[in-house]
Amino acid sequence: MAKLRGTGIAAVNYPTGMNLGGDPSQALIHATTSGSFVVTLSATDLGQGLRTVIAQIAAETLGVGVDDVFIDTADTDTGPHDMGTFASRATHRVGNAVIAAAKEAREALLEVAAEELEASRDDLETDGLGNIRVRGAPGRSVKVTDIASLAQFTYGRTISGRGAWMKPRSAVDPETGAMDPDSTEAHACTVAEVEVDTETGVVTVISIKSAYEVGRQVNPALVHGQIVGGAWMGMSHALYETTTPYYPDPGHRPKDFSEYLMPGAHETPEIDCVVLEYPSSNGPYGVKGIGEMTANSPIPAIVNAIYHATGVRIDELPVTPELVLRGLEAKERHASGGVTPSTAGD
Amino acid sequence: MTADLHVVGRSVPRSDGVGHVTGRTLFTTDRSFPGMLHLKVVRSPVHHALVRGIDLSEAERVPGFVRALTHVDVPHNVYTILGLIGVEPEEEFVLAEDRVRYKGEPIVAIVAETEAAALEAVACVRLDLEELPAVFDVEEALRPGAPIVTHWGNNTFMYEGHPCRRVRFGDVEAAFARADHIVEGVYNTKPIEHAPTETTACIAVPEANGRYAVYTNTQALYFSLDNTAIILQVPGSRLHFIGGTVGGAFGGKVDVIVEPLATLAAMKTGRPVKYAFARWEEMQVSSTRSAWRIYVKDGVMRDGRIVARKVTSYADSGAYSRQTPYALTKHAANAAGPYAIPNVSIDAYCVYTNHVPSSAMRGFGITMASFAIEVQMDRIAEAVGLDPWSVRFLNAYRNGDMKPHRKRAEDATLIETMQAAAAFVGHELTPEQAAMTSDPRREGGE
Amino acid sequence: MVSSIVSFQVGDREVEVLVAPMTTLQTVLRYQLGYTAVKEGCRQGGCGSCAVLVDGEPVLSCLLPVEDVAGRRVTTLEALAEPDALHPIQQAFIDHLAFQCGYCTPGMVMVSKALLDRDPDPSRAEILDALAGNVCRCTGYAPIAEAVADAARVLASRGAQSR
Ligand code: FES
Ligand code: FES
Repeated sequence: MAKLRGTGIAAVNYPTGMNLGGDPSQALIHATTSGSFVVTLSATDLGQGLRTVIAQIAAETLGVGVDDVFIDTADTDTGPHDMGTFASRATHRVGNAVIAAAKEAREALLEVAAEELEASRDDLETDGLGNIRVRGAPGRSVKVTDIASLAQFTYGRTISGRGAWMKPRSAVDPETGAMDPDSTEAHACTVAEVEVDTETGVVTVISIKSAYEVGRQVNPALVHGQIVGGAWMGMSHALYETTTPYYPDPGHRPKDFSEYLMPGAHETPEIDCVVLEYPSSNGPYGVKGIGEMTANSPIPAIVNAIYHATGVRIDELPVTPELVLRGLEAKERHASGGVTPSTAGD
Repeated sequence: MTADLHVVGRSVPRSDGVGHVTGRTLFTTDRSFPGMLHLKVVRSPVHHALVRGIDLSEAERVPGFVRALTHVDVPHNVYTILGLIGVEPEEEFVLAEDRVRYKGEPIVAIVAETEAAALEAVACVRLDLEELPAVFDVEEALRPGAPIVTHWGNNTFMYEGHPCRRVRFGDVEAAFARADHIVEGVYNTKPIEHAPTETTACIAVPEANGRYAVYTNTQALYFSLDNTAIILQVPGSRLHFIGGTVGGAFGGKVDVIVEPLATLAAMKTGRPVKYAFARWEEMQVSSTRSAWRIYVKDGVMRDGRIVARKVTSYADSGAYSRQTPYALTKHAANAAGPYAIPNVSIDAYCVYTNHVPSSAMRGFGITMASFAIEVQMDRIAEAVGLDPWSVRFLNAYRNGDMKPHRKRAEDATLIETMQAAAAFVGHELTPEQAAMTSDPRREGGE
Repeated sequence: MVSSIVSFQVGDREVEVLVAPMTTLQTVLRYQLGYTAVKEGCRQGGCGSCAVLVDGEPVLSCLLPVEDVAGRRVTTLEALAEPDALHPIQQAFIDHLAFQCGYCTPGMVMVSKALLDRDPDPSRAEILDALAGNVCRCTGYAPIAEAVADAARVLASRGAQSR
């Protein structure tokens, strides 16, 4: 009986957007008289931080600071239509809609600024710090916040914008499956290290290390959070979770967190990543969607690591200790080939 | 471009952080309304049965009982969530009619003054059920003579006349015939629960102007609103959905389960109605990630090149299809993995059984394909004597490659991502692998 | 089954509630007194989202009949922050992105508070022990453990300054 260590890898891609498209999102933006901007949506934030990244995208496009942008969501009386938050679509779709709305609002802003500065609209630029200035004319600049107020009280104008984005719906050829399912694809490659206790069959994940390619990262800390949380979920799927432990037998369904197995704080391995950025052609600032995919590559990486450690090839999830022990037993009986198990430390 | 960006690319703090750490963030059930009623559901205790009768007399005598709802109260009782995007047929029952198809299927909704009264009344409802044989395995469900779950005579979702979503690319059989190795694997996965820490919930509130406000933790406000409008046969303009703060979802809150019943109850009683899943309902009755059985057969040349891949997948949809038909189409588009394979055949079946319905979950249709394909890649590596990295580099898809569903790859970076991972963990690549790019025109150059 | 009146303290506030027997502290806090930072992930002791402090000790309010806190002092997350200054644990949760959806956060913060009150310099294992009864489905726990360790450092340096 021993504790065997092994590493395994997996490489995956993951599509962005509702399969086949046809999933529109809209956004409205308006300036308040105090110079902040309100982005109105009906998209939901599931905890991934949608409100934050959408505020960043709006601020970037408007040329103002992120603290001056507020996200008002989600209320169907005020927020325009949105298909929903799923399919790694929200940052991509809503972000594109927000860029369109922000561009329109920015135009309205610059028109008022042009009048106020007695300059041509085409000579104006935003500095990203809340100022509008005349290109090449230092000193001729005006604050966005001032323009917002002047627009209403002096010029009687609205500073607002509308945006929508949709990938047109693709049909599927029922014979060949020809289709255009996605907008872009993100990628991941994960290396997992495990230790298998051959006495108990218990698999301990030592580390999950990944490289991700996610297009543009709007907020790297939030991307990192998705990768860490997703790696944990992948490990949980690989080794612990099921509602139907004897599937297809429907019995013995867990009814609460005491019976539904998931790794806790103590079982969390070292999780680390590097992130590459190859901006997509159609995402906002090159975004690709990564919300869902982060649980995917850890699962086969862990299962492949178990094989590397023990020579037991497992084709079933979750990988319970019982499954590992039965595999080890079968391997002994048949002395089947495979990679030679290596003991920890050698 | 990056140098020009001011805000995008920066790890600005989350705008909702202070709310979360102070407890000021209001989640759905953190709201209460004056006169709010509680809705609880009588569920099928068996996997498959005819409903012979429902006796509410005892339940009606429970103090605090307000009213019961059965299928006759639901204006459009048979629906399918994806009907909004043209998926047919309608097949799920808001409340069961003459038959229940899974353990936990809703039969009667009870509305009461308190949650305790609602639960007591639920326990007092007497059901007269005649149990039917049930089927629980995806392949058994397809055998002749299997109990039929659907109302159209077989246990698969039909894709334009086919029992599965198909992809046909090249000629797999011819390629198998000339391959040096045939590598086969069968991969089985069990259902998984989303297990968000906040359960699925909503509160429907009559508004002064004759409309209904529905506070909900749905992932998709308009999906929920539009389905509710269809089920209740009211114009969407009479509904006002408010949400946007969700305590974890992972795909489990795209189903439209609680809103139609709570809104109907609010219409029937004129009072706010709360319908929140108990933890056991979230675990045992809400949709799961499907169980999958995936057969993979690969034709591989001596050098490790995959020349043909045939995938036959069965996803267990449970008793109703919910989002699963779409998952199989997404699966079919991706089941060959991120590899350039000239001959591919995919049959992806959405199979009805008497399990709890499955639906969307993080990685929709792809998570388990990735599991199967990536374990299969290691099998191939072993069969031809390559290491796991090499077999992946050798077969990696690149820009310009035609994918099996006939879309050219555009944003491929699998190779660069694998190179980065190898560097990150200190795995040394061969000079050829280190020089590869996803853009074949630049191969070996620059 | 007669209802009874129970008096206790929530933060600095004296409260008196009329409750049926076996009503849980969670139900009273959330639905009678409006302390909705007390979450209800399971109502059966499995998730920790309802954790509060009773006389400084962490308890699962969903398992505790409210009669048991008669005359005692209950601390919920609402009491942790000053109106315009976050508690170092709260700040650390923000700095380390120790939440995604935020539903587990109140419970996580309260058990962390109990730990750091008891042991200002916990080891990593002790931090994980303190979090072991709390479920987070989003973050993978590591950011939460890091936040608690960071908060301990901040509190220690403040203590050093005030000495
Ligand atoms: S609600 Fe108390 S432990 Fe889950
Ligand atoms: S942040 Fe969502 S459960 Fe912890």
